[in-house]
Amino acid sequence: MNSEIRVERLTTDILIIGGGTAGCYAAMTIREYSGAKVIIAEKANIKRSGCLAAGVNAINAYIIKGRTPEDYVDYAKKDADHIVREDLLLTMSQGLNRVTEKLEKLGLVILKDENGEYVARGNRNIKINGENIKPLLAEAVNQLENVKVLNQVNIIDYIVKENKIFGAFGIGVNDNILYEIKAKAVICATGGAAGLYKPNNPGFSRHKMWYPPFNTGAGYAMGIRNGAEMTTFEMRFIALRCKDTIAPTGTIAQGVGAKQINALGEVYETKYGITTSERVYGTVNENKEGRGPCYLKTEGIPPEQDEELIKAYLNMAPSQTLSWVEAGKNPSEQNVEIEGTEPYIVGGHTASGYWIDTKRSTTIKGLYAAGDVAGGCPQKYVTGALVEGGISAKAAVEYIKNEEDSNILNELEEIRLINNKKNEVEKILNNRNPAFPPEQLEEAMQKVMDSYAGGIGTNYQFNEKQLDLADEKIDQLIKLADGLSASTMHELMFVYELKERLIVCKTVIAHLRARKETRWHSFAENLDYPNKSDEWLKYVNSKLVDGKLQIIFRDLVGRGETYEHSF
Amino acid sequence: MSIVFDKGKCVSCKKCLSVCPGSLLKSGTDGKPFIKYEKDCWGCTSCIKECQFGAIALYLGADIGGRGSKLTANIDGDIVHWKIEENNGKVHAIDINRSDSNKY
Repeated sequence: MNSEIRVERLTTDILIIGGGTAGCYAAMTIREYSGAKVIIAEKANIKRSGCLAAGVNAINAYIIKGRTPEDYVDYAKKDADHIVREDLLLTMSQGLNRVTEKLEKLGLVILKDENGEYVARGNRNIKINGENIKPLLAEAVNQLENVKVLNQVNIIDYIVKENKIFGAFGIGVNDNILYEIKAKAVICATGGAAGLYKPNNPGFSRHKMWYPPFNTGAGYAMGIRNGAEMTTFEMRFIALRCKDTIAPTGTIAQGVGAKQINALGEVYETKYGITTSERVYGTVNENKEGRGPCYLKTEGIPPEQDEELIKAYLNMAPSQTLSWVEAGKNPSEQNVEIEGTEPYIVGGHTASGYWIDTKRSTTIKGLYAAGDVAGGCPQKYVTGALVEGGISAKAAVEYIKNEEDSNILNELEEIRLINNKKNEVEKILNNRNPAFPPEQLEEAMQKVMDSYAGGIGTNYQFNEKQLDLADEKIDQLIKLADGLSASTMHELMFVYELKERLIVCKTVIAHLRARKETRWHSFAENLDYPNKSDEWLKYVNSKLVDGKLQIIFRDLVGRGETYEHSF
Repeated sequence: MSIVFDKGKCVSCKKCLSVCPGSLLKSGTDGKPFIKYEKDCWGCTSCIKECQFGAIALYLGADIGGRGSKLTANIDGDIVHWKIEENNGKVHAIDINRSDSNKY
């Protein structure tokens, strides 16, 4: 018997896609400034969804005493070697302390000294207990009036006409429902993309990764398909992590001052530099030259530091504590081995994402982007994502004031769009002869990206010939993905997630190919162009035009400027 | 990396079902939750902290050095009572007060 899907039609003023860090804060901000109706569509449940599920080790973006927002812009600009949007970084930095205060009011525990001042960890960080940061945010959102949270609804496509957004389509993760959610404005806060490359642990523990494996690049893919301009997808993010558990290293490095050492016990960071990409590259290169494995030197730390580390990890990456305890060796007795992760596309750490104006509007009218899905503004971390949620929310509120009667989508067109989407979904649910399951195509995609687009397997390096091959093979997989089937709604989500990742892969390959230099080791290391050049002090952007991805080069935007799109 | 259910301890309250960031937990034919896609677990322990009956435990896969120990948590007000039980029955208890900040 054929599966049929029920259609549910909803209407709101502002639709927020993704109830993670940025999405939750956007909803709170809308309620503060306007009476607009809000729907948050969340693929899991906002209580623990997104990047903060297990907790977070520190607030990593904060303007500590004696520093200024401009200092933060300088830091991020240096770390990304100039390829940042200074207008976005500055407006983000100016809001960091305000959102931190708000988090504290919601109940986040922040360490203070005897004078009631936050205790800094390094130059930009403060110490917290971040285990329950997401439940605190979710609780605040659940108490808001006129904000409807649709948990376990996965958004699969935008509704766009004449480059203007009217809402989105979603599917139930468990229920047999296709949602049409009409909205005057949409804030995309889906997060970035994991799972594009073969992961560190490709077997049973394939999802023991740095970035949430459930962030599949939906926001990027929906934007790309609908002709939004994207930026800097070639600046991939690779995290330096504890081996196997892929737990954070910052807590050890900054917390107890542990240095990165090679197998000979030599501190190697002085040879490579200390930007985020240089730290990864140094570790890769030490291994390549036969001086691996590399470690964080924890042997010899005092026992009380052991105890604090074991507790700190339970608050953010419990598997690391489990690993120490079951090995029967504390960090003071055994150095912590480190490795680079597979590459991710994530605008909260590097600069990949939607090309947005200073108010966080994308190049599709009425569509705003915040958090990891928004480009140009790296080193956001949690607080930066909150600030962007706030900025995008205010801009969306302003936008809908002037858009009351401008619905150019008539009922007939709408019914046609719904029927098309219903047919698309039912075709997958009723396909009885799939050539492959989604899992197999996912593994194939990850292998292609690993081998030919600079994955762990090639020490993150690539050349143009390899990128050509990657592109050809991803095209082949996109064709195969058209023949996928699903017998449950969850499997249907798997099918859409794979298709999203394939589109993001195509874009990553095109961007890697377009930047003909090596500005960042490991993040984008092109062996045909191993040096960097001032000629490339520009953004590599892209846009799908008539089914073809076009590359657009744009001049750098300075911090005093306000950037506006020319629609 | 995954979780394992102790069906004897599970009271079918189903609180764990909704919190998984991957929606990986489903209700079984016996009315009790199970993890449908165990290789897809991120190891965040959201479900473990949701369970008041200690019925869900985290373990490390052998591919990442796991030795069969199980991590559970029980929340009592501000205190999270974490427990790691090794294969040989040895138990380690670690209490964390949610009102205390990380020192690092």
